[in-house]
Amino acid sequence: MNSMSGMSGTSAIATGGRRGSGSRLGWNLLGLLVFVVAGFPVYWMLNTAFKPAKDAIDPDPSLLPTGLTLSNFSRALDIADFWGPVGRSLVVSLSVVAIGIVVGMLAALAISRFAFRGRKIVIVGILAVQMVPLVAMIIPVFLLLNDLKQYDKLTGIIITYLTFILPFTVWTLRGFIVNIPKELEEAAMVDGCSRTGAFIRVVFPLLAPGMVATSVYGFIQAWNEYLYALMLLSQEHQTATVWLGNFTTKHGTEYAPMMAGATMMAVPIVVLFLFVQRKMAAGLTAGAVKG
Amino acid sequence: MSAADTTTPATLPPPRQAPPPGGTRQPRGKRTSGGAGTPWLLLAPCLVILALVMGYPLVRLVTLSFQKFGQSQLWGFQPAESVGFDNFTEVLGDGEFWQVVLRTIVFAAGSVIFTMVLGMLVALLLQRVSGWVKTLINIALVASWGMPVIVATTVFKWLFDADYGILNALLSRLPGVDLIGHNWFASGPEGLAVIMLLVIWGAVPFVVITLSAGLTQVPKELEEAARLDGAGAWGVFRYVTLPILKPIIVMLTTLSVIWDMGVFPQVFVMRNGHPEAEFQLLTTYSYDRAFVVNDYAQGSAIALITVVLLLGVVAVYMRQMLKIGDVE
Repeated sequence: MNSMSGMSGTSAIATGGRRGSGSRLGWNLLGLLVFVVAGFPVYWMLNTAFKPAKDAIDPDPSLLPTGLTLSNFSRALDIADFWGPVGRSLVVSLSVVAIGIVVGMLAALAISRFAFRGRKIVIVGILAVQMVPLVAMIIPVFLLLNDLKQYDKLTGIIITYLTFILPFTVWTLRGFIVNIPKELEEAAMVDGCSRTGAFIRVVFPLLAPGMVATSVYGFIQAWNEYLYALMLLSQEHQTATVWLGNFTTKHGTEYAPMMAGATMMAVPIVVLFLFVQRKMAAGLTAGAVKG
Repeated sequence: MSAADTTTPATLPPPRQAPPPGGTRQPRGKRTSGGAGTPWLLLAPCLVILALVMGYPLVRLVTLSFQKFGQSQLWGFQPAESVGFDNFTEVLGDGEFWQVVLRTIVFAAGSVIFTMVLGMLVALLLQRVSGWVKTLINIALVASWGMPVIVATTVFKWLFDADYGILNALLSRLPGVDLIGHNWFASGPEGLAVIMLLVIWGAVPFVVITLSAGLTQVPKELEEAARLDGAGAWGVFRYVTLPILKPIIVMLTTLSVIWDMGVFPQVFVMRNGHPEAEFQLLTTYSYDRAFVVNDYAQGSAIALITVVLLLGVVAVYMRQMLKIGDVE
C-alpha cells in the first residue's frame, strides 16, 4: 500500500491494521505531525523563555533557539514577588489535599465497601456536585466568605477549594477501591482479621499508589485554580496562578519574562503530572469498559 | 460476622463488555454488612464539609436570584428583599442574553466535537505508529495535558500576538499571505476560535489517553472475525470498535460538554480581565453582571440558568456513571 494514499480519512486510518512497512512510514509521518502540533506551544514557551529579550520581539523570529540566557527569569522574579505567591499556593494546595484525602478516603470506603440505604443518593449527590461549574458558585461563595470574615484569608480559600477537590477525591478513590477484589479482604477476615485489620493490612497497601496519585492530582488541581484565587484573595495575598497576570500592564505585556514565569509555573507541575498521569487515566475511567 | 454473610462464591466476575440488559435498579447483593451506622459515620465528615461549602452556596445561589442584591446589600446598608421572578424576566427579556446563550452553545459544541473527533483519530493513529513515535506523541500529549490552564492561556496569547506572535510570522512566510500585525482578537468570532483552539489543545490529551486505554480492551479476535466476515476498515471500526468504546465515549463527551460550557479563565485571561461584549460566554457574562455591574442577583440568575441548561447533559453522564457503579 502506498504510504501517502493511506493518509486521508478515517476509513484509511483503520486500514493501517495491516502492517506494511510502507503504510507504517505514512502513519509515522502523520504521527510526527501530531507531535509537532501538540508540542509546539510548549516548545515555544521554553524557546521564548530562554532567548534574549530583544530576540523575542523580532518580527521575523527564528524557530530555533537563538541563544541561551536566564535574564528573562531574573526579570520575571523582579516584576512581582514570586516566592510569596508560591508559598501561599503550596500552603493552600497541601492543606486542601491533606483534608481531602483523609475525609475523602472515609467517604470512598463507605460508598464502595458498604451496602446501605441511601447509598445511591449519596453517590448521585457526590457526582452531581462535581458537575456544577465553579463559576456558577463564585457569587454565593464570595458572599459566604464575606459573611464569615474569611474574604482574603487562606483558610477561606482552603475551605472553598474543597468544593472541587473533595468530590473528585471521593470519586477517584472509590474507583481505585472497587478495583481491589473484595475477596482479598474476605480471605483475611476468614483468617481471623477484624474488618479494620483487613483493611489496614490488605486493602491499604494495595490502595497506597492510588492514594498517592489522587493526592498529587488533587494538588495539581488546587495549584492551578485561578478564578477563586483571583476573586477571593487581594493582590497582596495572591497565589502563583494569579501572579502570572502581573506581566500584563496597561503599557503592554512583557512576553519574554512572562514565558519565563510560565515555565517556572509549568515545569514542576508537568513533572508531577508525568508521574501520576498513567495511574489517573486508569483511575478516572475505572470500570468504564466494564459496562 | 461479615465474612459469613457473604453468600456469593469468591470468583471474580469477568469484565463485562456491555451493560447488562434491563433496569439499573436491581438491588445489589449484600456486599458486606457492617453495622448500619458505620457507612454513615464514615461519610459524615465529607457530607458536613460538602453541605457547608457546596450546599449552602447552592441554596444561596437560588435565593439570591430571587432577590434584589447589589452593592448596598453587600455592605449591609440595605436588607436584601425578595423580588420574585424579576431577575429572570429581566435576563430572559434581554436580547444580549440570548446572543450569549447561542454563542456559548456554539462554542461548547465546537470544542466538544473537535476534541472528540481529533481525540479518536489520534488514539487510532497511536495504534499504528512505531514505538518511538508513540513515545514522542505521548510526551507532547502529557505536557499539554499537564500545563496549567493559565499557563497555556498566556502561551497562546503569545503565539497569537499581533506584532510578535510566531503564528503571524509563520503564516506570513506563505506566499501571498501577510498577517504581520493581524489582531486575532479584533473580532469576536475569530478571537473565540483561537480560544476554542486553546481549549481543544488542552482537552484532546485526556480523550486520547482514555480512548487509547479503551482501545486496548477491544478483543483482537472480534476485529479479526469481523474482517473475515468481510467488513472493511470502516466496518470494523463502526460495528466492533465503536460499540465497545461507547460507554467511554458517552462519558468523555458528557464530561467535555460540562467542562466546555464552564470555560472561564481562558476567555478572561485572554481578554486581560475585561472580555468585550463579543467575547462573552455565559460564565463570563454572569461574572460580569455580578462583579462589574455589581448586580449579584442577576449574576446569580444567569449562573442558575447555566446550571439548569447543563442538567440534561449531567443526567446522561450520571446514568452512565451509575451503570458503572452498579455492576462492579
